[in-house]
Amino acid sequence: MLLQGKAHKFGDDVNTDYIISGKYKFKTLDMQELAKHVMEDLDPDFYHKINAGDFIVAGRNFGCGSSREQAPLAIKHARISAVLAKSFARIFYRNAINTGLPVVECDTDQIDPGDELVVDLSSGVITNKTKGITIAAKPLPPVMIKILNDGGLVAHFRKYGGFNLD
Amino acid sequence: MGQTIIEKILSSHSGQEAYANDIVVARVDFIMGQDGTSPLAIRAFEEMGGSKVSDPDRVAFVIDHSAPSPNEGVSALHQLMRRFAREKGIHLYDIGEGVCHQVVPESGRVGPGTLVIGADSHTCTYGALNAFSTGVGSTDLAGALISGQMWFKVPETFKFVCHGTLPRGVYAKDLILHLIGDVTADGATYMAAEYTGEAIANLSMDGRFTIANMAIEMGAKAGLMEADEKTFAWLAQFTRRQFIPVSPDPDARYARIKEYDVSNLEPQVARPHRVDNVCPVAEVAGTPIQQAVIGTCTNGRLEDLRIAAQILAGRRIHRDVRLIVAPASRRIYLQAMREGIIQTLVESGAAVVTPGCGPCVGTHNGVPSDGENVISTANRNFKGRMGNSKAFIYLASPATVAASALTGRITDPREFLR
Repeated sequence: MLLQGKAHKFGDDVNTDYIISGKYKFKTLDMQELAKHVMEDLDPDFYHKINAGDFIVAGRNFGCGSSREQAPLAIKHARISAVLAKSFARIFYRNAINTGLPVVECDTDQIDPGDELVVDLSSGVITNKTKGITIAAKPLPPVMIKILNDGGLVAHFRKYGGFNLD
Repeated sequence: MGQTIIEKILSSHSGQEAYANDIVVARVDFIMGQDGTSPLAIRAFEEMGGSKVSDPDRVAFVIDHSAPSPNEGVSALHQLMRRFAREKGIHLYDIGEGVCHQVVPESGRVGPGTLVIGADSHTCTYGALNAFSTGVGSTDLAGALISGQMWFKVPETFKFVCHGTLPRGVYAKDLILHLIGDVTADGATYMAAEYTGEAIANLSMDGRFTIANMAIEMGAKAGLMEADEKTFAWLAQFTRRQFIPVSPDPDARYARIKEYDVSNLEPQVARPHRVDNVCPVAEVAGTPIQQAVIGTCTNGRLEDLRIAAQILAGRRIHRDVRLIVAPASRRIYLQAMREGIIQTLVESGAAVVTPGCGPCVGTHNGVPSDGENVISTANRNFKGRMGNSKAFIYLASPATVAASALTGRITDPREFLR
């Protein structure tokens, strides 16, 4: 799958409270409503800067903190097509796959704010069109590829009625 | 080949000899969801085509994060949880019963060798009981409700060996803040933290829960300890169930081992806005504070309230400070009443709120104002964590928080323990 858009850059240790603050997530299951507040405490205007398909690009340990699945869902509903980071916190990474938000581990130092990127999820190659370079992504574990290919864990369960990861 | 604690627990629950980096599908002994995560899990459960919960007896829902409800949006989600729990025969801990990470251990369902998942990142707390317990999201929770299983990548283990005895005025919270400050917020990402050494053995169970609780703040999947007579004495208060303790093999393989001597450790403080931004209290002593919080799943236990009461007894908190206390469970609240601790705290000026998460997660019970400094016994000081991104949160032990509430500025608690 080819994803295309502009990079919005953040630093290291972007935690789940920054992605979606607790004060919103306890109120509603309307992810469209939550999406309006995505990254609000880091950049109050962030939601309005997003064009459909854009990327969040960050440093180390993206998604550290809480287990709230509202975090990947808010990003997805804000029309971000994937998150690229040097590394991801474990629970967020898993939640992203389960809910069908692509997460890509790669060297994000080669991406600046506003760079135009093309991300090929199947080959794991990121093309930075602005800089004219390609960046290799760390491949996902096979079990996660299987769940992503099924369309997330909900679809996987619908298909098999339980885990079928072999 | 030797195994670590987590490799042994994942082996016994998956029916295969499991080692770090293997992928296993394992049987889950207990499943927990709280009010921030269960509503989405209920939705995922329905979307997955779930009709019944595989074993309702192994599941608990806890309404603790935003309890009692501060608004109608939250009320609707609580109602959804209550209805689902009733329909499926799941036990529900309603408002006032306490924080999930206290009421689940008190249920007697979690102990040495068990495998627990909870839709809350601090589910790693039960590692203090020699269980493998870990935080998951709502969709994983839903999958486990339907199947009674979950898939795991077996983590590598990071062993922390803690020698010596904590000095007077220095507590489990200071030790775990020190470890996190040392290895940083992603120092143990994807790993199981195994805590060992006489400094851990010397801790009370309440202290051990504090250490295991914060494993996630270094990125760990679990925070594990061996079981000993203290573990079994603690469990005996709540259950007659027999648990089999799990110890690591002498030749178990560790990804990293770090040794510490805690004998000269000072009280520690995590400065805003990062849990690993840790320093000895002296470096921030004198910083004015407007709100102090004692409670949460990290430090709302009886020992914590006793320590705070010891410092606050016969004194009044500073006139510029609000002190909020949230006991971790109803049982703890009642015991603290019987011991006179609650009276001491209230007489000192504390506002005691419903057992539960208190103001930690920023939905209610004490949202700070712009520019205010808060000192809290919680586990996170992220910007905006308590509901206002223009406030500053410092993390410390109950003793440091109590001492700071008295003086109105961050204070070394040893000044009040002489």
